[in-house]
Amino acid sequence: MSMRFRVIKNILKQGFKGLWRNKGMGLASVTSITAVLVILGIFLILILSLNNVVMDTREKFDEVQVFLEDEITASQIEEIENRVKESDKVISVIFKSKDQALEEMKKSWGDEGYLLNGLETNPLPHTLIIKLKDIEYADSVAKSIENMEGIEEIQYNQDIIEKLVLFSNYIRNGGLVVVSILLLVSVFIISNTIKLTVTARKTEINIMKYVGATNGYIRGPFVIEGLLFGLIGAVISILIVSYGYNYFFNAASDKLYVLFTVYLVPPKALMKDVMIIFIAIGAGIGALGSLVSMKRFLNV
Amino acid sequence: MIRFVNVNKEYKNGVKALSNINLFIDKGEFVFLVGPSGAGKSTLIKLILKEENPTEGRIYLNNRDITYVKNRKIPYIRRSVGVVFQDFRLLPNKTVYENVSFAMEIIGAHPKDIRRNVPMVLSMVDLSDKAHNYPHELSGGEHQRVAIARAIVNSPPILIADEPTGNLDPETAWGIMKVLRDINRRGTTILMATHAKDIVDAMKRRVVEIEKGVIVRDEEKGVYEHEIPGY
Repeated sequence: MSMRFRVIKNILKQGFKGLWRNKGMGLASVTSITAVLVILGIFLILILSLNNVVMDTREKFDEVQVFLEDEITASQIEEIENRVKESDKVISVIFKSKDQALEEMKKSWGDEGYLLNGLETNPLPHTLIIKLKDIEYADSVAKSIENMEGIEEIQYNQDIIEKLVLFSNYIRNGGLVVVSILLLVSVFIISNTIKLTVTARKTEINIMKYVGATNGYIRGPFVIEGLLFGLIGAVISILIVSYGYNYFFNAASDKLYVLFTVYLVPPKALMKDVMIIFIAIGAGIGALGSLVSMKRFLNV
Repeated sequence: MIRFVNVNKEYKNGVKALSNINLFIDKGEFVFLVGPSGAGKSTLIKLILKEENPTEGRIYLNNRDITYVKNRKIPYIRRSVGVVFQDFRLLPNKTVYENVSFAMEIIGAHPKDIRRNVPMVLSMVDLSDKAHNYPHELSGGEHQRVAIARAIVNSPPILIADEPTGNLDPETAWGIMKVLRDINRRGTTILMATHAKDIVDAMKRRVVEIEKGVIVRDEEKGVYEHEIPGY
């Protein structure tokens, strides 16, 4: 047992030595891993935020808005309401008059609401807001009333949601491709860096083999070296992503983009996952890179 | 100790390096392996060190069949065979002491054993006073003695020397031979491939001669060359 411990200690020592010996190329390796992980982080934030938007939009827009003609009568409104309520796909129907609509708009404009006071006539229509159990019922509900008297237009947001889902798929697939390519590049750079150590220690490896060092013993220091490059890259990118995103998030919420930051994943919720993913990927690339560079060397 | 039974070795490019080799080297023997360059001496050594596998036949080392062993077992076989090369193969950035202790560290030896064994083998090769010098401060003969110390520090039962005096002047070469003889006297089996006629002739040990991959001569207390009629 203690023999094993000494062997492991030697392997670690050699690994750290290699790290120091290859400072120059090591910097390149660490930089490439850091770059990959930061880009991965950006994609991750984008994808998660888009997911939020999609989920939220689904919830918010699971309604159909029926704009009514200004001259519509109370009985006509009632007729439409009754028709809609027949459907078991509908949760509720609410009537919003054009005055209410204007009032709400003023509220949502906040300080700038006074601008609406200048309007001579209210351009907004009376509206029936139909809450649906799910957005996918929008089509059939709309069809059931579209020919009734007094309806000017029926609006719902099925297509917006479809576009959003499509868009977030593009982002996800694009991110996957970009990150995969960058991962390969990093493995390549790391394996080249480790090759420098291997070449520098060629005689030593040769002697080690004749004296009876196991492949694990010979390979160990290089795997450690690669692993350390990977972990350093991971730590740096975790710092960059967490500070960078935190700064961006706060700046965005402070200023005018509140509407937009609602959809961003809060940094705190994100960081634990990012840390786990980054450390796993960083260590993985590092170890893989060094194994790739060693493969040819051990067949003696 | 070392036994070859009907061993053939053909390289992938079709070169037939050894044919029908039958050889038995007993514990404690000192054997010279002679023959022209390219005769198959190196191949024979590579087979013992498991750098190559034989095409046919069986090879035994310390009564163990090593003809076919798994790659991950090879290091453990090599630990029972010390090797010395013509070109010494020392690590330039390590002192004499470190070059030797390195061989013990690799196999996970106890530091106490390292501190005991390294000075012991350094005194055997008469280098105690150079323990903290670096290779570039040593002469050729001293280089080779460090290499020998490294080869025997883990007390392998067999020592293989591949042209150990090839790069040395005759006087230094004799110094190396004295060291090897001492090691042999302590019970280590030695197989030495060489071109040094005068050394072989003077040592009067067993000589195995290989030519074109075949053992053409194997005699006790032999000399380098068979007497050539009319010479």
